[in-house]
Amino acid sequence: MNRRNQNIVTQGVDYVVIWLYAILVAIGILCIFMVEYRPNTDWLASFLDGKTSYSKQLIFAGVCAIVATFILLTDSKLFTAFANLFYLLGILLMIATFAIGKNINGSKSWIPLAGGFNLQPAELCKIFVSLALAKYLSRQEIDFSKIRSQLVAGAIALAPAVLSILQHELGLALVYTSFVIAMYREGLPAQILIIGSSFGALVVATLILEPNVLAIILTIIAAVVIFVLRKQIKKKKGLLTMIITIWLVCVGVQRFVVPYIFNNVLECYQSTRIYSMVGKEYNCDDNKHAQDKSSSNKTVRKPDDYNVRQSKIAIGSGGFFGRGFLKGTQTRGKYVPAQSTDFIFTSLGEAFGFVGCLIFLIIYLFLLIRIVRIAERQRSTFSRVYAYSVASILLFHIAVNVSMTIGLFPIVGIPLPLVSYGGSSLLTFTVLIFILLRLDADRQMVLR
Amino acid sequence: MPVFNQSRSRVIQFIFAGVFIAITGQLINLQLFSGQYKLAADNNAFYRKVIYPDRGIIFDRKKRGILENTISYDLVVIPSEARGTDTMTLCRLLNIDTATYKKRMRDLIFKNTSVKPSVFEALLTPEMFAKLNENMYRFPGFSLNERSVRTYPYNVGAAVLGYMAEVDTGFLRRHKGEGYEMGDYFGSTGLENIYEKVLMGQRGIKRYIRDNKGRLQGSWENGAYDTAAVAGNNLYSSIDVELQELGEKLMQNKVGSIVAIDPKTGGILCMVSAPTYNPNYLTGNQRKKHLVDMLYFDPRLPLLNRTVGTFYSPGSTFKTMVGIIGMNEGVIDDNFTVSCGGAYYGCGRPMGCHAAGTFTLKPAISKSCNSYFAATYRRILENGKYPNRDSALSSFNQYAYSFGLGRRLGVDLPSEKMGNMPTPKYYHGIFGKNWQSCNIISNSIGQGEITTTLTQLANVMAIIANKGWYYTPHLIDSIEGGDELGMLEKFKIKHKTKEIPEYVWEEVHEGMQGTMEFGTGFYAKVPGINVCGKTGTVENAYRGEKLKDHAFFGAFAPRENPRIAIAVMCENAGYGATSAAPIASLLIEKYLKDSISGNDRKAKIEQLAKMDLIPPQMKRQMAKRDSLRQAQQMATAKKAARDTSGVEEAPEEIEIESIPSKPNPTKTPKKDSGRTAAVLPEELRKSTSIKRKTAA
Repeated sequence: MNRRNQNIVTQGVDYVVIWLYAILVAIGILCIFMVEYRPNTDWLASFLDGKTSYSKQLIFAGVCAIVATFILLTDSKLFTAFANLFYLLGILLMIATFAIGKNINGSKSWIPLAGGFNLQPAELCKIFVSLALAKYLSRQEIDFSKIRSQLVAGAIALAPAVLSILQHELGLALVYTSFVIAMYREGLPAQILIIGSSFGALVVATLILEPNVLAIILTIIAAVVIFVLRKQIKKKKGLLTMIITIWLVCVGVQRFVVPYIFNNVLECYQSTRIYSMVGKEYNCDDNKHAQDKSSSNKTVRKPDDYNVRQSKIAIGSGGFFGRGFLKGTQTRGKYVPAQSTDFIFTSLGEAFGFVGCLIFLIIYLFLLIRIVRIAERQRSTFSRVYAYSVASILLFHIAVNVSMTIGLFPIVGIPLPLVSYGGSSLLTFTVLIFILLRLDADRQMVLR
Repeated sequence: MPVFNQSRSRVIQFIFAGVFIAITGQLINLQLFSGQYKLAADNNAFYRKVIYPDRGIIFDRKKRGILENTISYDLVVIPSEARGTDTMTLCRLLNIDTATYKKRMRDLIFKNTSVKPSVFEALLTPEMFAKLNENMYRFPGFSLNERSVRTYPYNVGAAVLGYMAEVDTGFLRRHKGEGYEMGDYFGSTGLENIYEKVLMGQRGIKRYIRDNKGRLQGSWENGAYDTAAVAGNNLYSSIDVELQELGEKLMQNKVGSIVAIDPKTGGILCMVSAPTYNPNYLTGNQRKKHLVDMLYFDPRLPLLNRTVGTFYSPGSTFKTMVGIIGMNEGVIDDNFTVSCGGAYYGCGRPMGCHAAGTFTLKPAISKSCNSYFAATYRRILENGKYPNRDSALSSFNQYAYSFGLGRRLGVDLPSEKMGNMPTPKYYHGIFGKNWQSCNIISNSIGQGEITTTLTQLANVMAIIANKGWYYTPHLIDSIEGGDELGMLEKFKIKHKTKEIPEYVWEEVHEGMQGTMEFGTGFYAKVPGINVCGKTGTVENAYRGEKLKDHAFFGAFAPRENPRIAIAVMCENAGYGATSAAPIASLLIEKYLKDSISGNDRKAKIEQLAKMDLIPPQMKRQMAKRDSLRQAQQMATAKKAARDTSGVEEAPEEIEIESIPSKPNPTKTPKKDSGRTAAVLPEELRKSTSIKRKTAA
């Protein structure tokens, strides 16, 4: 009993996740060191100075360790109890940025704190949304198969996203779409996922293929489907109408919706980034925002795909085994912009090559699978939904960040979890993961 | 709590795995199958710096450096760091105005960005360097970079040693894969050109890491993959620099050339082409100005190497060959005599002659009797041994070829000319199949269609001295570190003339010694040395106007053990005995005795140096040029300003049209200073009527 009391805090904590967490943070600091390292400077002195990013990141890691310990020391009931309150606080903070926000890199989404640190409420909101969503879905009276519940859950997830878009933080807004995975686990109809991914495929196809070619292909597909299903259609007239409707919608999307989105909704640089991903050039003259700007006599900066090109060069030049630790020429020459934050993966890719990247990705995948396992062993819906939210957020960050550095996804400014330089991001993920560990440690306690 | 949708956990895990597989697929594509990224990364990050080694030094026969390297300084600027520069002071020190300063800065930034170092002012003069060096603290962003430039410590041998020029696109095209880059310099003329591969050494490559703005970040892998520059190999030439100095001094105010050869080795002892210039003019930052103003438009053509690059009728010096061939063919012997009453009448029109009397071979050489050699030449051509005159002339030419005439000798200098030994076919074109010996009788006394370069003539003297053999005349004896390219192999081959018996040579030597003792070369005697010599005086005309004769002199000494064979030529100097012969005699004395003894001989040097023998037509052109230049002062001043802007251009890029009335278009040396013959023999050769010549 004594022994049990001593270990009360660590009781039931999943050490595998803690180890993976520690490894990833260490890799992150190492990568930032690679980016910052200059051969002719005394790295130890500048490290002790605390002026460099890697020493700052180490300080952040220390702070995170303290925060993590505190979270592990709290009672998991706290999170269920305060979930809605936290959510409200997060939304208020985000609204507050419109009033007291500080402009960093063109987005007014930061709240200045004491000591030169800045807080990005949109980051913290991920935690709050996860908790609030878990709280909502774990309510006894909720039947998630009902449309109304689905809409409410969607609103909880997307409210911060809307605010983020208003702050011109598209990347952060996109993160909130990842909650769809957690919701899917809880019974969201699979059709939504299928329709969503079909729409994505259609957009990509629109970008790659000529409009007429795509229209013909779509028509052929529709004809083939009608031919195959001709017997069922005879039995059920509604099926034919449905196929024709889908075909019409697809052609309409391809013909009108996609160009409309690129020309009128997205900014010129965003459209260019998406086009450059598939290797095409976007004509900014078609863009409404660009036209507005040029008509008001502001010079339109012509964006190019410099970032993604340099990023691909850095990763591609790593080859199989990489150039070696601190030997990356692209990293040393600062060719990749924002390399210690959003493009941190490039330093890893250049220094350690395909082997290093693969090991790194396997660590991530292992962490994700582990979290899914943890989620499935929870007895409470709250913990399970929360765990899936964490896994979804992590997956989204990893997938989008790595994909954009290797040219699979247009560039959106979201960090690589636990690795990218930045206190807000590291703290957010630490809190996310350690709340999960706390909940998991208490999985035996009660049904919530 | 019932667990709904448990199966969806699998789906989600599959989605996770799918995302990671897609990422891995793209990583395989990027990192394993796309070579272009590695290449692009190297292009991004590496800065390849060429390290220029010191060029090889050229030494004379006594191991004195006659072409060396010295340090010069460039003023280099990184424009982005030059904000706080004291522009006024800098402009004052460089003698430019602030507008020029601003323009240059703009150009440099345009060409080379503002973060990379560019040359602001190339090849500073020592005074400028000293002044700038004291004040460098006032000019942040500026620095003084040293570089190696060529220097000629004795200020002699311009035509022989040659100069360097910046490579142009044509050169780069011709020399692909030899490591030249835009902005490099290469040996453009003379020995610098011929031995370029030996002198240039091996360039080193240093690899630097460069950042995204092009700034260097230090060496790559601490220089593990760098290659060191290997200095060029030194060359040991056969030139005697004191002899060269004396030769150039004696040829002041004259147009002509001197070639002296060591007959034992074929090594060239001195090679003077007058007028010459100080080769150091073509090294500093005034190089282009000098090249254009002083050399390129000088009607005396100082850039033309008259020792190998032009050909002349050899004049009476050729008579020695006619004598030797006549003797060897058996058409004359030492009892054969010719009486000369002052002219040769054998061909109808009289061919004038200075000395009257009855001659055998020896005195005929000594007194340079035209009649004797005209008769001998006719006998050679009418020789019964041969079926016709064509084959007789061919046989004569075979002798000439074996004496190194009518062919390129293979001297280690660029653009050597062949001279001309007219063949029977050549005369068929002029006179038809039935040409007569009288048609070409001028050849007997070294006029007419026969032309040689002065080096060929000196080589003939060496052959006579050696009694029938020679090594190809050459300037470079050995290469430090071995002759890896086999460039000197051809100079080690002993060439032999057609078999000629000893007594023939003795006979000719006797006659040539007589020249010096009682003959035409009497005034060129060298006290205490048995010199064998032969004068020559060549009639010539320029654009139909008859000019003063060219003076020739060929000699070797001492007769018993020849150590120097020499040929001297002064264009339009008149009688050979007054200019060419004394110059040769002084050089022989200098070489054999190491100094000139006796006050009268020393005074002779000064007297000869002062003797002004510039041909009058050239003087007229020079005067014309000077007045033209005055009229053009504005344009020239502008041009000069451009010249000093540090942008060096090869001389061939200069627009000739910038001087409206050129002295003589056909004489303007093209690229290698002397593709065209500077003197008239060409015109003579083309004329169908052969004039009867007088020669002494």
